[in-house]
Amino acid sequence: MSEKLRRKGRGCRKGGLIPLAAFIFFLFLWDGAWAEDLDTLPPSPPREVTAFDTPNDAGGSITLTWRKSTDDGTGAGDVTAYIILRAERKEGPYKEITKLPAGAVRYEDTTTKDGVDYFYKVSVSDGVNISESPPSQAVHSKAQWFNFKRLNMLLAGFILSLGIVYFISRARAGKELYIRKIAGLDAVNEAVGRATEMGRKVFFIPGILDLDDVQTIAGLSILGQVAKLTAEYGTKLEVPVCRSVVMVTARETVKEAYLDSGHPDAYNDEIVHYLTDDQFGYAAGVDGLMLREKPAAIFYQGAFYAESLILAETGFSVGAIQIAGTAMPSQLPFFITACDYTLIGEELFAASAYLSREPRALGSIKGQDLGKAIILFILGLGVVLETLGITGFSQLFTTQ
Amino acid sequence: MADTIGIWVAALLTLFIFSFLYKDNPLYKMAEHLFIGVSAGYWVSYLYQNVFKPNLYNPLFHQGKLLLIIPLILGLMMVMRLFPKIGWISRWSIAFIVGITSGYYLITYLQTNAVDQVRASLLNFSQINNIILVVGVLSGLIYFFFSAEHRGVLGGTAKLGIWFLMVAFGASFGYTVMARISLLIGRMQFLLGDWLGLLH
Repeated sequence: MSEKLRRKGRGCRKGGLIPLAAFIFFLFLWDGAWAEDLDTLPPSPPREVTAFDTPNDAGGSITLTWRKSTDDGTGAGDVTAYIILRAERKEGPYKEITKLPAGAVRYEDTTTKDGVDYFYKVSVSDGVNISESPPSQAVHSKAQWFNFKRLNMLLAGFILSLGIVYFISRARAGKELYIRKIAGLDAVNEAVGRATEMGRKVFFIPGILDLDDVQTIAGLSILGQVAKLTAEYGTKLEVPVCRSVVMVTARETVKEAYLDSGHPDAYNDEIVHYLTDDQFGYAAGVDGLMLREKPAAIFYQGAFYAESLILAETGFSVGAIQIAGTAMPSQLPFFITACDYTLIGEELFAASAYLSREPRALGSIKGQDLGKAIILFILGLGVVLETLGITGFSQLFTTQ
Repeated sequence: MADTIGIWVAALLTLFIFSFLYKDNPLYKMAEHLFIGVSAGYWVSYLYQNVFKPNLYNPLFHQGKLLLIIPLILGLMMVMRLFPKIGWISRWSIAFIVGITSGYYLITYLQTNAVDQVRASLLNFSQINNIILVVGVLSGLIYFFFSAEHRGVLGGTAKLGIWFLMVAFGASFGYTVMARISLLIGRMQFLLGDWLGLLH
C-alpha cells in the first residue's frame, strides 16, 4: 500500500466520528468540487531518478530515468503527470522543462549545452498536490566519437568497400572483368550514328538535380561517352542544363571527351548551356528546343521528376531515338512508355563502366555485385530462420 | 485592379503554354521565353536570399563563424570559370563537391537502399503476401546482377524479376497519372473559376 494511501487511511481513522463522516458525505452530495479539495495528501515521489549523458549521440542530450510513483497505476492511483525540472546548481532554482503523462519512466532532454553540468528533479502531480524527487547527480552532455548502434552500417560499408577495392586492383592488374550486356547502352552507337546520317543534333538532358545527386554524376559519366562518339562522328551535341554547377561540370566533361577523341577544335562552350533552375521552366525550354532543332537522338540520363513525361513525349513527337536512364522509381514508367530504351535504376550507374570499360568503374560494379550476392545469401538465410521462428538474425540489420 | 490584371496575365500565359498541344507557335515561344527568363531571375534572387545570405554571408560576416571561409574560398574558386585563363581552378571546387557527395551518399544509400531493405524483407513464409514480396525482392535483385550473363536459371529468375518490376511500374504509372490529372484540374479551376468566374 502506498504511503499516500496509508496516510489517507490514518486520516479516516482519526476522523472516524459519525457526525463528521455524515458531514463529509453531505459535502460530497452538495458539490463534487469540494471533495477534490479534500485531497491534501501529495502522491509519493518518483524514486531512483538517474540522469546520464545520452549514449551514441552527437551531444546536446541527457537522458533521465526513474521508477514510477507508487501512486501511479497502483496505490491511490491518482497520478496525472510527471514534471521534469532542471537547474545548473544543485540548490536550484529548478525550472520546469516539460510535463509527461502518468506512466512515464524516461525522458530525453535534447536542449542541453555540452559541457554544462545539470541537476534534475522529477515531480509527480495528482492534479492538486505535487511531490518532488531528490535532485539527481550532476551530469553534462557531450558528443561521442562512435555511434555503436550503427556498427552494422560500418561493417556493411567496410565489406562493400573491400570488395570494390579488391576488384579494382584485379582490373588494374589486367584481369578481364565481365559485365553482362545492357540493352539500352548497345543502342548508344546506333542513336549517335543515326543523328550523324540525318545531319541532326544529339540532345543530352542530365536531369534536373544538382551535382550533389549521384544520378547526376552517373548521367555526366555517360555524357562523356556520348560526347566522345559525337566528336568522332562530327555530330552536333547540345546539352541544356538547369543547374549552374552541372553546367560547369558538363562543360569540363564534354571538353575532355572532345580532347580525348582528338577533336578539341570541335568543342565550344555553347554545347552545354544553362536554361533555368525552375523545373517546368526548364521543361518548357527543352520542349521548345526539341521542336525547333528536331534532334535525331535524345538521351535522358540523371534524376527526373514530373517533367519526365513532358520531355519524353515531345522527344517522341519529333521522331528522335530516345534512351533514358534514371533511378527515380516514379518516373521510370513514363520513360519505359515513351522512350526506345530505358536504363532502370542501377543500370544507370553500371552504364558508365559498361561504356568506358575503365578498370576503376568495372571494379566498382563488380564490388557492388559482391554486395548483392551477400544480400541474396542473407535474405535466403534470414527468410528460412524467420519461417522457423528464429527472429534474432533479423535484428542484426536494424539501423538507426 | 492589380489582382484582375494578374489573373488575366496568368490565364493568357496558361493558354499560350497549352497552345503547345496544337503545335509550336509564336505565342508558345513568347510564354516559354518569358517563363525561362522570369524563373531564372527568380532563382537567382531566391538562391541569394535563401542560400547565400543565411548560410554563408550572415554567419561569416555578422556572426563571425570563421570556418565558413572555406566554402567562401571554394565558391570564389568556382567563379574563376568567368576568367578563361584561370578557369581550371574551378575544377578543385567541383572535385570537392563530387567527393563529398560520394562519401555522404555511400552510407545514406547503403542504409536506405540496402540494409533497411534487407531488414524489411526478412519475413516468414506464413502469409502469401510475404512470399510474393520475398520472391519479388530476390528475383529483382538478380536482374540487377551484372557479373553473370542472364542465362539458364539465372536468366529465368531475372526475367521474373523484370516482370515484378513492370507490375510495380504499371501501378506507379496509374498512381502518378492520377496525380498529374489533379494538376490539370487545378489549372482548369484557375481558368474557369478565378479567371472566367464560371465556377463558384
